[in-house]
Amino acid sequence: MSNTYNDIMSQRNEIMKKSVGIDYEKYEFEGIGFDYEMMMNDHDFDLESIIEIQTENMVGNTPLIELKNLTKYARKFSEKGKGARIFLKDEAANLSGSFKARRAALSVYQAKKLGYKGVIAATSGNYGAAVAALAAKVGLKCIIVQEAFDSRNLSQPEILEKARKCESFGAEVVQLSVGPELFYQFLILLKDTGYFNASLYSPYGIKGIETLGLEIAEEVLAKEGKYPEAVVVTNAGGGNLTGTARGLKNAGAKDTKIIAASVDLSGLHMASDSDFNKKSFTTGHTGFGIPFTTFPDRSDVPRSAGRPLRYMDEYVTVNQGSVFFMTESLAALEGMERGPAGNTSLAAAFSLAQEMNEDDIIVVQETEYTGAGKHIQPQLSFAKKNGIKILFGNPFDEEPGKNIILPSSAKLLKHKQLDMKKLRKSYLKRYVNTELTNKDIEFLEEELNINKQNIIELMMEVKND
Amino acid sequence: MIDKNSYVRIRKTLLKPDERAANIPEETKKVPFKMWVKGYLHEESDLFDIVKITTETGRVETGRLKEAFPPYKIGYGDFVPEILELRHLIKSEMYGDNNE
Repeated sequence: MSNTYNDIMSQRNEIMKKSVGIDYEKYEFEGIGFDYEMMMNDHDFDLESIIEIQTENMVGNTPLIELKNLTKYARKFSEKGKGARIFLKDEAANLSGSFKARRAALSVYQAKKLGYKGVIAATSGNYGAAVAALAAKVGLKCIIVQEAFDSRNLSQPEILEKARKCESFGAEVVQLSVGPELFYQFLILLKDTGYFNASLYSPYGIKGIETLGLEIAEEVLAKEGKYPEAVVVTNAGGGNLTGTARGLKNAGAKDTKIIAASVDLSGLHMASDSDFNKKSFTTGHTGFGIPFTTFPDRSDVPRSAGRPLRYMDEYVTVNQGSVFFMTESLAALEGMERGPAGNTSLAAAFSLAQEMNEDDIIVVQETEYTGAGKHIQPQLSFAKKNGIKILFGNPFDEEPGKNIILPSSAKLLKHKQLDMKKLRKSYLKRYVNTELTNKDIEFLEEELNINKQNIIELMMEVKND
Repeated sequence: MIDKNSYVRIRKTLLKPDERAANIPEETKKVPFKMWVKGYLHEESDLFDIVKITTETGRVETGRLKEAFPPYKIGYGDFVPEILELRHLIKSEMYGDNNE
């Protein structure tokens, strides 16, 4: 068969099956649903073995730090008695510099166990570095596929830094121009090499993060005698939120509120060649966060193990300027140079904490490494070169792709609440012409974390919209 | 002339504009879908020749020779005065203006 776009896409299921080592068919129900828990538990890993694999690979057990100065700073703008204590899980301490190592550890372990010669991952983010580092450690070959350049051959410095890091671990980096056809080239590489698809969205990619939720629950309980009131998670593909929430709940922290946070990039099209270099965030933004929340199965596996609406209590956004502001605050007040993209949840927490009681605890569940290219300095410099104005003012006036508005005071650094009902309705839209059975509705109850009555009401609204 | 076995970077057009996916924005649809990859040059060649390389994982790729011995050019960019202003703003909100 030839390698035309249509030929390759038509072999999608077959290639996927071979490359993930999972037969997703067996989890499917009749109708729209599938058995999510069966899929998540259909492997040899229990929690102990996951911890063992991660510990052996220098992954996990990262420090949990109370950000006393940032808490104090936030309280300057909150009412008396308000201003929750902000804690931070320093995930930059993982092998390869981010929480993504938790996800990569299990995928790479599984690839090795199943006898694959190498692993492939499609990512221009930290996940590539994580897969490359872990592959180096177990002696597997590794290919990382990045969406990297626009048609002017220009690339975000952050993406170029990730490519360098992957190469430093011996990986081959395949860089592509803008477009969803990345998936096409990804399939060709899987087909030609026979390597394992270290997908972010396989059960391994999510199970690996459950230890992060577990550590947060256990460490906060041990230090403070209670579980945290809230955990804020930077949300893109939904896996970070899903894994963390599952870990927290399994550990007993059932009442901890799970809050998703994304950088607001509304107005910029993710598949647009001309918008590609007008954004200053390559992940953690609404361009991934919202579509993956409302349709998780758009990923590179038939059924994504990252299903954020099952666990999400709230979804908030912050603007690009606010994340840069908090990145600088973390360095200037806490002596921690991290991010920037991983600080999205920190920016949200700074604002959310001001609405919570001062005895409450809000945990920011990740940081990421920083360095040349991947840092507030080169990223703002690059933005300016691409005609983006850097201004001080009210962050709500920011227009993604035109300017970046740094709050002129931390007082103006506020999150925006997304409407959960609207997100759920957007999920349901796909089924507007489907005759839903009881089994379908039961599945939707789990998917959207609401009851049958709510599903029926929302479905009515969707039909009338 | 670039020697055989030199480490180089090539570029290849994977899909011409009319071969690209449907449902993508106009500005993306009108440009080709391209790939860049690094590897070891099979034969002595000139820049912009169509060449064969072997990549780090042992795959053979064909494409236009764009660069020999590709350097990493990432750094910290140009001076951004707004960052200094931001830092001073944060410090003064936190500790007051007379924080000497």
